[in-house]
Amino acid sequence: MRLFLAAFSISLLLGLEAQASEIGDRERGEQLFEVCAHCHEVGPGAVDGIGPHLNGIFGRRAGSVEDYEYSEGLARMGADGVVWTLETLDIYIENPRAFVSRTRMAFPGLDDPQDRADVLAYLRDFSDNPRDIPEAEPTARPERYAVAPEVLEIVGDREYGAYLSSECRTCHQESGASEGIPDITQWPTEHFVLAMHAYRDGVRPHPVMQMIASRLGDEEIAALAAYFATLGE
Amino acid sequence: MLMNRRVFLGATALVLAAPAAIGQAKPRLVVIGGGAGGGTVARYVARDGQGAVDVTLVEPNAIYHTCFFSNLYLGGVRSYDSLAHNYDRLVGDHGVRHVVDRAVGVDRDARVVTTAGGERIEYDHLVVSPGIDFVEGSVPGWTLDDAEMMPHAYKGGEQVRRLKSLVEAMPEGGVFGMVAPPNPYRCPPGPYERISMIATLLKAKNPTAKILIVDPKEKYSKQALFEEGWQRHYPGMITRIGPDFGGGSIEVRPAAGEFVVDGVVEKVDAACVIPAQRAGDIAAQAGLTNDAGWVPIDPANMRSLADTAITVLGDASQQGDMPKSGFSANSQAKVAANAILGELTGSRVFPAKYSNTCWSLIAPEDGVKVGASYEPTPEKIASVHSFISETGEDAMLRKATFEESLGWYAGITADIFS
Ligand SMILES: Cc1cc2nc3c(=O)[nH]c(=O)nc-3n(C[C@H](O)[C@H](O)[C@H](O)COP(=O)(O)OP(=O)(O)OC[C@H]3O[C@@H](n4cnc5c(N)ncnc54)[C@H](O)[C@@H]3O)c2cc1C
Ligand code: HEC
Ligand code: HEC
Repeated sequence: MRLFLAAFSISLLLGLEAQASEIGDRERGEQLFEVCAHCHEVGPGAVDGIGPHLNGIFGRRAGSVEDYEYSEGLARMGADGVVWTLETLDIYIENPRAFVSRTRMAFPGLDDPQDRADVLAYLRDFSDNPRDIPEAEPTARPERYAVAPEVLEIVGDREYGAYLSSECRTCHQESGASEGIPDITQWPTEHFVLAMHAYRDGVRPHPVMQMIASRLGDEEIAALAAYFATLGE
Repeated sequence: MLMNRRVFLGATALVLAAPAAIGQAKPRLVVIGGGAGGGTVARYVARDGQGAVDVTLVEPNAIYHTCFFSNLYLGGVRSYDSLAHNYDRLVGDHGVRHVVDRAVGVDRDARVVTTAGGERIEYDHLVVSPGIDFVEGSVPGWTLDDAEMMPHAYKGGEQVRRLKSLVEAMPEGGVFGMVAPPNPYRCPPGPYERISMIATLLKAKNPTAKILIVDPKEKYSKQALFEEGWQRHYPGMITRIGPDFGGGSIEVRPAAGEFVVDGVVEKVDAACVIPAQRAGDIAAQAGLTNDAGWVPIDPANMRSLADTAITVLGDASQQGDMPKSGFSANSQAKVAANAILGELTGSRVFPAKYSNTCWSLIAPEDGVKVGASYEPTPEKIASVHSFISETGEDAMLRKATFEESLGWYAGITADIFS
């Protein structure tokens, strides 16, 4: 798990890989899609399986296929207004859990940026308006978005975390109840840290959490992760 | 910086906590008011102090009815009982002593609080969180005695029920009137959420009724969101008279059921009058208030500028940019609890961080929110980052926002009372 997360952290991208001059190689993507096809159908007549069908996925609102039972996390992302684009798809399929905590998609993710680009090039063929999806976008090279490995290594000050957590407890209950607002107790610290950085860096939407995270430093996020990881044990 | 501060605070703590250090009685914290600010600070000091501090809560009511979500009760979205909370867990689980009485005096030299029943309670540190009282004469024609006919319903509890029954008893096509308060007052979007929820009630039971708001303010909180929502959900029902049309000149006649707006008489079949506000009486009795009727505090820890042995929380304080809300009072209380524990027991004191989010319900499942984070500056508690819902958001997001508010209510009430 650690190794996997470190790999994730080094290469999580906000946009397209710099070297990709177009989304990717759709032929190769079709082969790679076989791994997704265990759970997803795409193309004419595609229906929901373990995962929802992926027709028209570009521009589709997250969690919006009717009658498909999404996890709470993905349904919430949809309600928050997340739309699947090159950027959001790239982040999600790289590490589904970091972008949508507790997603039901039991798939570890694709580490290799080229693999992701190829799969997305393939999926683009089944979107309503493939032409509207830019071949090479943005023209300016995207900033690399990464949570550095040394940041994930920080050992949190639990006592400081306990103090900082008092702010969270106005909304997130210590008891782990999750009516309307998710439970954040007893998470693996890495996941917690990634989720908080994703809010702080604007990769995950949600105005309240972006505001809360925006003034937390790396040490403070680590302190909170350490505190909540064992809360209620 | 943290280090220096800790050493510094550690040193003060030694001096102030001297009785405890030499094996005498425990340091004593007394809290006046068991609402959003007082309940939270009592709970955090008692719990985090793990018995090192003796905590006494002076609060005349055995049951606290939250003002927050009382509007949802008016709209039929929440039950009245769901607004009620008691102090059983503060007392039973955290060892807080609840004196069920009203504080009537504070002797700051002797450090003693006296109650209406004549009890004298000594303190090493005192927290005052009494909420608001009203400025007499601020709405001509209205006194507290008129609350039966024209309730303010701005302190929770029975008056909220009274208001609902008045609205339900309105004749078909009748008029509901509200006098909105001038700034500053508790819960800036509160009057307008109330209008929204009364409109929900009327839309279901009395759809030809009308609502009239008389408002002395040019602008108000979340105005664009409310106006958009009222247009969508209750077209033609709500009229607001702002100061440009005489909203600043109001007189009410509770017995006759009339508002006189800029000299023009308007008949109202039910009404709610929310007068101008000031800190709860006890703050003035303790000599802590300024000319405006509020208590200036130190932005770093919420201590009264007049007396460092007293912390003032919530609506009664004048702190800068934070709105007077339950969320703010709860946030301030946690900063204060950390500082008070540091002072009384020498425990670690961390830098203050404050935040607030206020949700409002425009119609069932149509929720919006506004929020900000704050930090202390030498002059005031200053806003550092803020957000607000946007007009034109879709129904799914509004519903998610409403559901979030239910989570918040469960969270904050647990954070105060559990
Ligand atoms: C209609 C309405 C809607 C609202 N909605 C929201 C919302 O959605 N979100 C939000 O965050 N806030 C909301 N608020 C605001 C919120 O209720 C207040 O800001 C909050 O309660 C302030 O906390 P406090 O501790 O200052 O005072 P309070 O919570 O009012 O507590 C004061 C306590 O002190 C006690 N007391 C007073 N004097 C004495 C005395 N002399 N001796 C002993 N005890 C005394 C009182 O009995 C009371 O229990 C709303 C308010 C209203 C009116
Ligand atoms: C083991 C089964 C499984 C595999 C393998 C899998 N997925 Fe998923 N996927 C799911 C499930 C289940 C969901 C719904 C997740 C939720 O509700 O949290 C999902 C959701 C999605 C969504 C969001 C759909 C929506 O409607 O919002 C996308 C996009 C997606 N998967 C793409 C992929 C891609 C691309 C691959 C291959 C690289 C893949 N998935 C592999 C099970 C899987
Ligand atoms: C004002 C209410 C509020 C406060 C205060 C708050 N949160 Fe949140 N938090 C939310 C909401 C609402 C969500 C769901 C956001 C979304 O849809 O992405 C959330 C989501 C999260 C998540 C992701 C959970 C998941 O299942 O995806 C984490 C982690 C989190 N919060 C941590 C914190 C921490 C740590 C603090 C305190 C420093 C905090 N929150 C303070 C309301 C709040």
